[in-house]
Amino acid sequence: MLELKRIIKKFYIGTENELTILKDISLTVRSGEFVSIIGPSGSGKSTFMNMIGALDKPTSGQYLLNKKPVHKMNDDELSKIRNKEIGFVFQNFNLIPKTNAIRNVELPMMYAGISPGKRTKRAKELLELVGMGDRMKHQPSELSGGQKQRVAIARALANNPEIILADEPTGALDSKTGNMIMELFLKINAKEKRTIILITHSEELALRTSRIVTLSDGRIVSDVLPRQPQNFANFKRM
Amino acid sequence: MFIENLILALESLKANKLRALLTMLGIVMGIASVIITISIGDSLTISISRQLSTFGTTNIFVLLTEVGKGSLTSTSEVLGGGSGTVLSEDDLFTDEEIEKFGKLYSNSIESISFSLPVTSGTVRDGKNYANVSVLGVNTGYLDVNNVKMETGRFISQKDIDGYKNIAVVSDRLASSIFYTQDPLLKEIKVYNNSGIYTYTIVGVYKYSKAGILTSSGRTSVAEKDLQTQLFIPVSTAKQYTGTKGYSTFALKSAQGVNTLRFAETTEEYFKKLNRGSDWTVTTVNMENELATMIQIVDTVSGGLALLAAISLIVGGVGVMNIMLVSVTERTKEIGTRKALGARRVNIRSQFIIEAMFLSLIGGVLGVIVGLISATIAAPIIGTKMTVNIPVLTLCVLFSMGIGVFFGYYPAEKASKLDPIEALRYE
Repeated sequence: MLELKRIIKKFYIGTENELTILKDISLTVRSGEFVSIIGPSGSGKSTFMNMIGALDKPTSGQYLLNKKPVHKMNDDELSKIRNKEIGFVFQNFNLIPKTNAIRNVELPMMYAGISPGKRTKRAKELLELVGMGDRMKHQPSELSGGQKQRVAIARALANNPEIILADEPTGALDSKTGNMIMELFLKINAKEKRTIILITHSEELALRTSRIVTLSDGRIVSDVLPRQPQNFANFKRM
Repeated sequence: MFIENLILALESLKANKLRALLTMLGIVMGIASVIITISIGDSLTISISRQLSTFGTTNIFVLLTEVGKGSLTSTSEVLGGGSGTVLSEDDLFTDEEIEKFGKLYSNSIESISFSLPVTSGTVRDGKNYANVSVLGVNTGYLDVNNVKMETGRFISQKDIDGYKNIAVVSDRLASSIFYTQDPLLKEIKVYNNSGIYTYTIVGVYKYSKAGILTSSGRTSVAEKDLQTQLFIPVSTAKQYTGTKGYSTFALKSAQGVNTLRFAETTEEYFKKLNRGSDWTVTTVNMENELATMIQIVDTVSGGLALLAAISLIVGGVGVMNIMLVSVTERTKEIGTRKALGARRVNIRSQFIIEAMFLSLIGGVLGVIVGLISATIAAPIIGTKMTVNIPVLTLCVLFSMGIGVFFGYYPAEKASKLDPIEALRYE
């Protein structure tokens, strides 16, 4: 469903400072997988996430999302992909300030051109799903970190995207709240059969996912399935 | 999408009420000053036309002007009954000339009026007095100058032919001297430096302030000392002054006659008559005067409105400035919106509509402030307030246009933000 082939990403091309951040990365993610991408800072995690999230295009290589060639798309086509195929969850929640929970969840649907009635209904359903049914009219400033992230997850689900792309979603939360958010992701993955790609530097979180991809210096150095004991042992040894 | 953006704009403005209000202030003041200048200009135009039309737009004033001095632009000299410059007897219009002209164009002329100022003096009767200026007139004076009779009659041709010592006085004079008594056929004495003149009153006319020239209505003289005109036969007047001609006369064109064109005909006619080289003939017509004055008012108020409109540009720059600040402040929000699927056009229209809405509210407030100020100012300048709906509409639309124009650059800047960098912005 998601296919990255020989992705190379360079910055400052043609200058003295030319940097190659992603060095020939190939990765295939199947529908329904819960993949975590881990790696130390500077390993190219963020750039890789931007690539998967259709925020950025590779310098070379192919990115096929449901067989659609994302690497060839223009700005507006990328916007459409981000709108319909990908749901973003950010470390700092990135809720629109002074805009209540419902309207935040409605936002991707608004850009998709869904009628106000329909999207309010769906936004309410989604907020119920993430356990925020009683705080739908609250402004982001009136919510705790965990609550904000729940709203953000509901927003990520708004347009029924193929992939939920979560960038350090528990990074700004205490371990208990982070744990609850992780539970929510697991529930969404299991019940809704949604593909989730989790970018994190926490091995602990990664161990709870079904597949761990480790990035180092712009390359994939390991790709394991931790829920199978043998692989789990391998991962631990690394 | 438009309504979505409108709601977004409202929310954003609500979030920064004071800032929005201060930004609007420039637009408010600009629009208000445009409204004030245009309203006052309109009011002036209306009151000028109203005042000038009381003189009768069908009247033509024929007067002698000094060569090289150009034409008279002030009607006061015409209506004042002659200039201060000494004219030689040969230069003046004579009875014969005017009569001949009147006969030639009798179809175009309703009546001709000429008058001869004699003197100013005081009418006295015991303790009572009244100030007068004595004016010798012909029969046509009544019609051309729109004199309204109260009782009795006006000067007749018979009075003129007979050099009668009769007078037509104002109702003010009559009441000052005779109170409630019937003034008709009473004798009055006019005192001045050179002696005493005695007349028999044959008629009383209704005094009226003479339109534009005294329209300010603020004569420094006490009501009682007000000088009114006392009309006597022109022939009688000539006996005192010794002159035979007139430096000016007026005529009323007949109905259906093009007054402007007939004024030219008249001017040409009298120019052909041989006059000393120092003097030439000019005609003044109220319709012409009216057009000139309205044009002046229009030009002045138009110019002022343009200046006010320039101040709107300053307001627009203020809008642009605040929109740029807003875009920078909301960089992260823009990044989020882009990540959630907003296209460039979505971001651009969001900010343009916000700027437009900001200016629109400013414009509407400006119209309100302008109308209130004009309503307050109008009576102070002595005009009536007029509301010019097309101008109001135009002002509101123009303020919206300013929002779009000055909002475009910040909006374009916002739409071009790289989502990755915008998301990273703190």
